[in-house]
Amino acid sequence: MAVPSVAAQPRPSILSRISESRNALGFGFMLPAAVLLLVFLTYPLGLGVWLGFTDARIGRPGIFIGTENYQYLWSDGVFWLSVFNTLLYTISASIVKFVLGLWLALILNENLPFKSFFRAIVLLPWVVPTVLSAIAFWWIYDSQFSILSWALQQMGLIDHRINFLGDPTNARASVIAANVWRGIPFVAITLLAGLQTIPQSLYEAATLDGASRWQLFRYVTLPLLTPIIAITMTFSVLFTFTDFQLIYVLTRGGPVNATHLMATLSFQRGISGGQLGEGAAIAVAMIPFLLAAILFSYFGLQRRKWQQGGGD
Amino acid sequence: MKFTRRDVIRTTAGVAAGALGSRFVGTPAFAQEGLKYKPEDGAKLRLLRWSPFVKGDEDQWLANTKRFTDATGVEVRVDKESWEDIRPKAAVAANVGSGPDLMLVWFDDPQQYPDKLHDVTELGEYLGAKYGGWHEGPKQYATRDGKFVGLPLATIGNAIVYRESWVKEAGFSEFPKDTAGFLELCKALQAKGHPAGFTHGHGVGDGNNYAHWLLWSHGGQMVDESGKVVINSPETLKAISYAQELYKTFIPGTESWLDVNNNRAFLAGELGVIANGISAYNTAKINKDNDPKLIEIAKDIRTTNLPIGPVGKSVELFQVTTAVIFNYTPYPNAAKAYLQFMFEDPQMTDWITSSAGYCCQTLKAFDSNPVWTADPNNAAYAKASATLRPNGFAGPLGYASAATMADYVLVDMFAKAVTGQATPQEAMEEAEKRANRYYRV
Repeated sequence: MAVPSVAAQPRPSILSRISESRNALGFGFMLPAAVLLLVFLTYPLGLGVWLGFTDARIGRPGIFIGTENYQYLWSDGVFWLSVFNTLLYTISASIVKFVLGLWLALILNENLPFKSFFRAIVLLPWVVPTVLSAIAFWWIYDSQFSILSWALQQMGLIDHRINFLGDPTNARASVIAANVWRGIPFVAITLLAGLQTIPQSLYEAATLDGASRWQLFRYVTLPLLTPIIAITMTFSVLFTFTDFQLIYVLTRGGPVNATHLMATLSFQRGISGGQLGEGAAIAVAMIPFLLAAILFSYFGLQRRKWQQGGGD
Repeated sequence: MKFTRRDVIRTTAGVAAGALGSRFVGTPAFAQEGLKYKPEDGAKLRLLRWSPFVKGDEDQWLANTKRFTDATGVEVRVDKESWEDIRPKAAVAANVGSGPDLMLVWFDDPQQYPDKLHDVTELGEYLGAKYGGWHEGPKQYATRDGKFVGLPLATIGNAIVYRESWVKEAGFSEFPKDTAGFLELCKALQAKGHPAGFTHGHGVGDGNNYAHWLLWSHGGQMVDESGKVVINSPETLKAISYAQELYKTFIPGTESWLDVNNNRAFLAGELGVIANGISAYNTAKINKDNDPKLIEIAKDIRTTNLPIGPVGKSVELFQVTTAVIFNYTPYPNAAKAYLQFMFEDPQMTDWITSSAGYCCQTLKAFDSNPVWTADPNNAAYAKASATLRPNGFAGPLGYASAATMADYVLVDMFAKAVTGQATPQEAMEEAEKRANRYYRV
């Protein structure tokens, strides 16, 4: 019996082999994203780290000086003041934003009349460009023309104007308040989205079991909301830690550097002062704090044990 | 100070120009002789300048630019930024080698990246020789190793602005000329409910002007001729003590003030005396909204130079702006032709006149501009270019002087001491340490 001869299969082209290869396709699809990340994230970050080890100035590449910039910063009172200010600003503002944002989200989650309208209104501070809202606060906090001072004086509650931005303590509280006002909508709306993913049946079951309002919140809402809280607060902390515009418009870091944040000091020394190396070193010094915030969020707030109310 | 042969020739030319007076200034045909740049084919220029403080300045600048375009066919786009944002923009342009062809920069900017700027020595010397020489202070900002890295455009003068009726009410028939008398006046004004207000905050212009006047008028200085930091001195201590006394007569809140706060409070009738550019007076005089209160204030405003301290002479910083051409421009000849045109008469005369006392000429031949006598209040600003002391006196101009100012070392020193956050000695020592960082000890 004759065996039919098998016709020789043509060798597939390189293009078709690539199109059928999972590895090659995966690499191809990832390449644009990788290039974008390398060019716009890794390179600037790497350059910033490198500049921190040089004495680069405006118009000059600079030479490698090891850790000299960091050694100077270590003994620089203004730098440590900016670290203190940044931590105070970030921690205080983030806590207040979280508490008020969660409270607002819980209210907006209820069946209120004009619910959609209120949800839209709440977003306004977030929508307005920061520079514009900062200018508004600049007037509100003006040492001579503050509407707050005027109103309190008219009501007979104070007999002299409040020195909002001239006194170090007042200045810090004022910029934190402005940041809170601006940041609440982000926290509130994001947590509201999280609240709406919690099944109503869980509340009904808990209510049938006799849970109080507080217990509903503590044992149903909070555990299920914790992953969203972790993400929201991570972003909120990052935005607050790296804030620049509010301070730049309101105080330029004054009075006597009492409101200088690491970001504003980095700009002042790196760009206005021309000391690119030192400015970069200050910016790089922010990274450990930011990493700590991220790690705390991912490895702490998202731990199942914590979410379920347990300890370590 | 060393005099070179070129300086002598220039000074002689200046005297000659002064003798000729207005006959010399205002001869356009002559202005075009001697040096001529041929713009490159298809040249287009972009200039970034600071936002105007008085409207007439911008209007005239644009009108002069249009005249240039009409005469040469070279289009010039004029962009503007808030004056405090010019420094970072110029720094970035110099660093990345891209941006506007020309910029009007501030203070020591040209000294931070002189090798990124186009050499305009030929043009600078030509203009100096033709218009009676450059005033020394502005020239120092624009020259490096004897070469022009930019053309000093103008000095924004700073002077005492006060309410005459209130000064009289306080018992002073005329404004005191010395620092001791000035302190007494401020005390008397405060007792009458008209406090003084000088910027102790991070106001780039007003904050630095005030701090430098305090220091220099008492004989203190940040560095000596060799660039050695000498801020820690008995003279500085005296300046701080004086500042502490003066601060007691201020309206509350000056530690947070930026550049606009003093104008605003003064024009609202809150203050008896401030230090400012002519813009404070001009705002009241122009009075866009026909506010009757402002009409009264404008009539009552007087200006005078800041009081003289123990050093016995007027010593002030002022703001100097310099026109620079970046090396990366593909049209250097067009840029030089443009600057030549803008600095020549009648363009410069028109511009200074329209700036209404805000921009003080840097070329001596323009000293006799009628704007300085058009209003008695303009006179205090007329000699700003002639009398200014450059930043970082008595040391060299450069990145260290620029960085020390940008980091508000001097402003913070006074603010810290007057607000009681540090003793005068501590404030001085901290300033010394911070300045040493930039002067690299």
